[in-house]
Amino acid sequence: MRRVTLWLLSTVSVVVLLFGYDASTSATKPLASPPAAVSTTGPGGSSATSGASGGSSGATRTVTGGVASTQWGPVQVQLTVSGGRITGVSVLQQPSGNPRDAEINDYALPILTQETTSAQSASIDMVSGATVTSTGYVQSLQSAIDRAGR
Amino acid sequence: MSAAPGSTQRPLAVRRRVEQVMGMPVSLALRGRHADDEPAREAWDAAVALLRDVDRVFSTYRPDSWVSRLGRGEVGVGDCPSEVADVLALAERARRESGGAFDVRRAGGDGALDPSGVVKGWAVSRAAAPLIALGDTDVCLSAGGDLVCHTGAPGSPGWRIGIEDPHDLSRVVAVVPVRNGAVATSGAARRGSHISHGRTGVVPTAVSSVTVVAPDLTWADVDATAAYAMDGEALTWLRTRPGRRGLVVWADGRTDVVEGPLRRAVRRPVRGR
Repeated sequence: MRRVTLWLLSTVSVVVLLFGYDASTSATKPLASPPAAVSTTGPGGSSATSGASGGSSGATRTVTGGVASTQWGPVQVQLTVSGGRITGVSVLQQPSGNPRDAEINDYALPILTQETTSAQSASIDMVSGATVTSTGYVQSLQSAIDRAGR
Repeated sequence: MSAAPGSTQRPLAVRRRVEQVMGMPVSLALRGRHADDEPAREAWDAAVALLRDVDRVFSTYRPDSWVSRLGRGEVGVGDCPSEVADVLALAERARRESGGAFDVRRAGGDGALDPSGVVKGWAVSRAAAPLIALGDTDVCLSAGGDLVCHTGAPGSPGWRIGIEDPHDLSRVVAVVPVRNGAVATSGAARRGSHISHGRTGVVPTAVSSVTVVAPDLTWADVDATAAYAMDGEALTWLRTRPGRRGLVVWADGRTDVVEGPLRRAVRRPVRGR
């Protein structure tokens, strides 16, 4: 249990840094350079290889954080940045090995609150929301996603 | 073995299907080996057929369903298909674990039997089985906003689930990455105030929606409904639930992320409102 807690804390530190970054780049302030915070993750230090790919600061691009070597394996996250806002976060690497780690990887990844993200720009596969009836579905976000993939 | 970096792989194509079942949209996303072939179609047909069967047994909108007849006292539990007893047992466990907030018998006057709150998650978990059995295929099956995620495709990035903002249904308030697990959300945003406290009958006012992430949809759904019914106590109760994570969106716009018993929730103000 202690291992798990510590692992979570290391993950949390990654997320907290992302949140801090989120907070520091408001909707009106375009991102000028990759955030240093992203590469400083985890208790085990980081290889600090932040880099950006894609176009200018106004366009959508991805920022890959450095690989943080935690006690239980590497953790690496990637941000999608659009117009200076974080519109997506994916975990590129995460520790695995024992069953509890696998459980964490399965469904206990960080919940990323993105108050400033409009649904159109967030890269999502499905929407969870209060029960949609068949009538309400037509104008729902999920309906738009379903139409895009048929 | 760590997941391969998604940025260097071609994204897997997603094939989506939608069917209206039990009065709600059931959406399926598949990707990987059996995303769009005959086995996928057969598994989807099987999933939809299972949901229609469940509807015939459990629907409170159908006067001839087993549950409607049970509610009117025309038949006993022993007369019904065995799933009815299974679901009622689940409902009783949910009632005890939620201190009566979750109750399939309505509070106040009639005490009518309405197990829909436990049937949905339970049914969709079962309906996902033939799809998961496809193998080497990612599955995301959603019934009216409650969903099961499975990752089976080699090199899969997993699924990214957006949590609908109950105050602006065109936006998401959070994103949850899930590889294998379930996400359920309860709230009044779309159907109005259809959930009330099982014991007191009080309709929530402080909380706008509760999302629960758990290993299986049966309990994600039950916990989301129970926590929502608890209104102001939603966060306190969710923190006690082992293996659950979640998001509480309050009526005043604040959000709380629940990390389960392992970690305390972090309260963050919502900006820009």
